[in-house]
Amino acid sequence: MTATATAEVIPYNAVNTKSSRKFERQAEYAPEDFHDHLFELEAEGEWIVQRVPEPYVEVMTKFGRKKKIPLEMTWHHKSCGQCGHIPGYSTAIFWLNRKLDLKYTDPTDQTSCTAWNYYASATSNAAAQAGVAMRNFAAAYETGYYPLIHCGTSYGHYKEVREEMMHHAEVRHQVRDVMKKLGKPLVMPEEIVHYSEWIHAVRDRIAAKQKRDFSNLAVTVHPACHYYKLVQEDAIYDPDIYGGQRTATVSALIVALGAEVRDYSTWFDCCGFGFRHILVQRDFTRSFATRRKIEVMKEEANPDVVITHDTGCVTTLDKSQFVGQAHGLNVGVPVMSDAQFAALAMGAHPYRVCQLHWHSTDYKPLLEKMGIDHEAAWAEFQEDLKKLKSGEKEYLTWEDVG
Amino acid sequence: MGLFADKYPDVAYQEKERLWEQVKADPRYPSYLYGCYECGICVAACPSARFYDFSPRKIAQAAAREDIDLIYEQMNDDVWNCSQCFSCNRCPRQNSPGGVITILREVAVKNGLKSAKQALEGYSRIIYKIMGTGTQVSPDMLQPDAFPDWGPQVREVSADLELWRRALPPETLHTTSTGWQVDDKTIIELYLIWHNTGVMDMIAEVDEGLHMILNDVMEEKLEEAGYEV
Ligand code: SF4
Ligand code: SF4
Repeated sequence: MTATATAEVIPYNAVNTKSSRKFERQAEYAPEDFHDHLFELEAEGEWIVQRVPEPYVEVMTKFGRKKKIPLEMTWHHKSCGQCGHIPGYSTAIFWLNRKLDLKYTDPTDQTSCTAWNYYASATSNAAAQAGVAMRNFAAAYETGYYPLIHCGTSYGHYKEVREEMMHHAEVRHQVRDVMKKLGKPLVMPEEIVHYSEWIHAVRDRIAAKQKRDFSNLAVTVHPACHYYKLVQEDAIYDPDIYGGQRTATVSALIVALGAEVRDYSTWFDCCGFGFRHILVQRDFTRSFATRRKIEVMKEEANPDVVITHDTGCVTTLDKSQFVGQAHGLNVGVPVMSDAQFAALAMGAHPYRVCQLHWHSTDYKPLLEKMGIDHEAAWAEFQEDLKKLKSGEKEYLTWEDVG
Repeated sequence: MGLFADKYPDVAYQEKERLWEQVKADPRYPSYLYGCYECGICVAACPSARFYDFSPRKIAQAAAREDIDLIYEQMNDDVWNCSQCFSCNRCPRQNSPGGVITILREVAVKNGLKSAKQALEGYSRIIYKIMGTGTQVSPDMLQPDAFPDWGPQVREVSADLELWRRALPPETLHTTSTGWQVDDKTIIELYLIWHNTGVMDMIAEVDEGLHMILNDVMEEKLEEAGYEV
């Protein structure tokens, strides 16, 4: 049978995120709305609630509540794994802000959330973890900018911290005393916002500035565990994306950019990062990432690229493929963040901005499909490096990268 | 009396009970375990259960039954296999077996259990990095001998690391020994948090050498900044 272009033919990219099932969550299963408690504690003088600055976009979360996503005046809470090992991830987030003319700050008064270490080694405790979170929140508040969290684990962990600080006065008071010693106020943001939620909120603006055609690209999405499984009621859902049954973050962006989202059966599985496993038990990480994720994606969806929205997932899914390839597994799909994918759509340089040379799995066929002359782009980047090496330039700047 | 043979008969029941009381005393514990249907949904979602002899259902069951011997065994033999992904949070009973595991691990570390020390072997440099510098992952950790299974690309990064870092447009990312540039004042504040929340005592329990090095680094900086430790 040949497909004919009639009005009944549903475009491919609509099929995979569209669902004929309507999924209504029952209100009685909805956990309490944390906002009420947040503001009650503020009224009692327990802490300051930093308000989401205007202009913001309202999105829907799992149980139909609204969440405010700030557009600008954002304080970028960076991710150690992104900045350290896949720096094109963070660079792309900043680049998008600049291209959309949205004001932000990239602070040096910021530490890691330290949750990677906590989930790996347990050499910390609830009060210390909350202390680290609240120090960073206070630092953001002091600048007048609003925290935007780059890492999925920081985001999930900070939401756990919010729960603990709201419900356990003893933890809250212990942390308040520590903050006093640091000379800092106790501040809780009105919403804890992940950068991928910001991308979700501005996806139409990104699409409006799209320079490269992505309609021939097939994408599989790996939703990050710590984004939507930790304090799950606070992740973005949309009835138009998977009938509201899965988080819409990332997938809605891919749809907006005109690429095809392809489904695969192990979408709910984690990537295999494991926190301690990626560092000291990598046999597990490698096996899980290749056997349960990449191979399944290849067999069921054969994507051109895997898009995800967290530090550990990009690292794990990308780096684990090398050994799989050596063993003849059905792997070999490039992996990048939604931020890098969006930046490429808007015409970003694959090396100067997206810094893809930090990634492992071959991404060149993908760049070719995107219509990017990667050899010319690499030659340009080599010229930059020459200038840096000779001392003609000290750093590559925002002005240099376009 | 537990359902399984006691794997650690040499450890006194009272000692196992003491540790269990610490787990239950954690303020998070009541919201991590409400009971268990024994439905196995958590196991179906659990990545570690696919690769190890490990089960979040068993963890939830042992805790719900307060099977002191089995909990002690799990605290030693099982908890370090967990990936802390929290896929098990889809539990229909609203449990968080992964959250229970976080607490079990914490109690194991706080009490210097031999298995916790073993689990953290080879991990000290990471703890040093995060506690000492404020960012957990740094570019200079990308060394081919540390990540041989990541292929030749790691060698390329490490060979030209300093140059590649200067080729990053964000001004804060030109660092090699930290993920980004962190202010001295910020580091001091982080040290004060570790000192004032009992984390330094936890480190002393599991790794004396690391504790000594960290203490030296921190004391010097804190004293310079006018804080008494
Ligand atoms: S999903 Fe929940 S109720 Fe079911 S076995 Fe696991 S812990 Fe028990
Ligand atoms: S948090 Fe641990 S127990 Fe829960 S699903 Fe993940 S690996 Fe399994």
